[in-house]
Amino acid sequence: MKTRTPKWRRTSPVHYLLLATITFLSIFPFYWMFVVSSNTNAEISKSPPSLIPGGRFFIVAKKVLSAQGVYFNSALLNTFIVGTSIAVAQVLLSAIAGFAFAKLNFKGRKFFILFVVGTMMLPSQLGIIPLFMLVKNLHMIDSLFGLIVPALVTAFGVFWMRQIIDAQIPNELLEAASIDGASVPRIFWSIVMPIVRQSGFVLGLFAFLAAWNDYLWPTIVLQSPKHFTLQVALTQLKPMYGLDYGLQMGGAFLATAPLLILFIFVGRKLVSGVMDGAVKG
Amino acid sequence: MSQLKVKAGPSKAPLSPWKSAKPEKAKKAKPAKVISGVASLNGRWGFLFVAPFFFMFVIFGLAPVIYSVYISFFHWDPLGGSTFTGLRNFNLLLHDSDLWLAIRNTFSIWALSTFPQMIMAIGLASILRNSRLKAKSFWRTILLVPNITSVIAITIVFSQLFGRDFGIVNDILGFFGVHHHIDFIEGVIPSHIAIASMITWRWIGYNTLIFLASMLAIPGELYESASVDGASKRQQFWYVTLPSLKNTITFVLIVGTIGGLQVFAEPQQLAADGGSSKQFLTLTLFLYNQAFVNNKYGYAAAIGIIITFIVLIISLVNFVITRKISSDGSR
Repeated sequence: MKTRTPKWRRTSPVHYLLLATITFLSIFPFYWMFVVSSNTNAEISKSPPSLIPGGRFFIVAKKVLSAQGVYFNSALLNTFIVGTSIAVAQVLLSAIAGFAFAKLNFKGRKFFILFVVGTMMLPSQLGIIPLFMLVKNLHMIDSLFGLIVPALVTAFGVFWMRQIIDAQIPNELLEAASIDGASVPRIFWSIVMPIVRQSGFVLGLFAFLAAWNDYLWPTIVLQSPKHFTLQVALTQLKPMYGLDYGLQMGGAFLATAPLLILFIFVGRKLVSGVMDGAVKG
Repeated sequence: MSQLKVKAGPSKAPLSPWKSAKPEKAKKAKPAKVISGVASLNGRWGFLFVAPFFFMFVIFGLAPVIYSVYISFFHWDPLGGSTFTGLRNFNLLLHDSDLWLAIRNTFSIWALSTFPQMIMAIGLASILRNSRLKAKSFWRTILLVPNITSVIAITIVFSQLFGRDFGIVNDILGFFGVHHHIDFIEGVIPSHIAIASMITWRWIGYNTLIFLASMLAIPGELYESASVDGASKRQQFWYVTLPSLKNTITFVLIVGTIGGLQVFAEPQQLAADGGSSKQFLTLTLFLYNQAFVNNKYGYAAAIGIIITFIVLIISLVNFVITRKISSDGSR
């Protein structure tokens, strides 16, 4: 991974300035959510607007949590349930299938994995109408199951785990275990899973984030406000209160804050996850 | 739903390692290196392990895609009753001015969000690759923060920032001498710029990390021999770095195209119908409205198929161009 850096490469202050600018731009929208939601509309609308947080944040937060017809607390819980279920299921099912695709011999294995990867090229909108009809027939409309069940497995997850297991687990190790009499499920659970735990965790994180931030599918499946996820609940704050930016921004801030807190703990893992998956060369 | 969502997760690992894997026969001779499983672990366990994934994948991933093609040939009434109409949906669609508007808007937003972003991401990555850079891990991590934010929250913030009367963007433009307030909702190009900037903000850090990983994998010897040959920094960038990034650029472009064709939440949040003159009606918003607002399932399914064709054509063109460049490049 590490390369020798050519001698001419020195860091100039301009580079740091650029990085600082990008950092500022990356953070600013979050800061701005807080500024707007803690100031009055008047303070935001004057020119130039107030750039420092005001004292209204908790009033606005309370308004968001008690807004009529909006169930922000249940939305938070719903989103958490959906995200966690999808993440856990995806990691487990992807690891099981990925293990088989990487290490087990069965007929048609190559064809299957090629086929699965090929489907990743298809845009997700293609199947969305029949998927809706299917979910409706399964009576999962307006229920969290309608979000969780179709997302339990992904082609991407299986492909990712297959690559990881292939790269991180030497065949000799599995041969040895099998000669010692370990069964395939046992090998999977006691040898494979502990080794790929970290990468599985990263996959789970991405699945969790994707589920947390998904909007198109939840807005199709969910109908009653009590079942909404955060993203759908957020959109409710808009038409009801017109141009009350404070309320919307307060909602956006409350819906984003849990992710930012999570990010403090897992940010570096996500970075290595993205970089490990990149196309090299 | 998210089976096929490409941008949702970490980027795909390279396809080449297993594509170029040697055929099955080779594995018995050299079991160590070939990716083809452990000799003593064979038989029915493989099927059993793949079964849960495959079952779910076929039902919720594959079947809907196939069924979508089927219903695109029907006048499909969700309340029951559907009539086979052959290619009528496609014929109507190709004569629907909204389709062409949606294609125009989608491509405009795609171009505005893809190319500037790619250039900036390559630039940032070449700053970040410097091994003497201080606080490396901090910069890399902070770059990924926008990527974890929800599109809805970001649309709320950006539509305020881009507001015509009280938005900061107009304040800043005013500071630089642009005194008429730009309407980033009503204007065609301004609204595309506003949406493209939301997409760029969200993805630039992610793509920077992808380019960075790719740059770090370029062997240092290439630069050493280039500088021995007297290549300047700029020449090294053009003749060593950029050619090595070719596959990554293709990858980012294809993923960006698939993502670009899925742009939905941003325009829908600005105006559910795509704006007063449909100035930011995108293909996915068009599909969504036809399917779930107008209940025209067959028609909407046909839109989905058109979107898929566009993705396939662009991927193919991309592939051919990369192929051509690489064969030209190999002296």
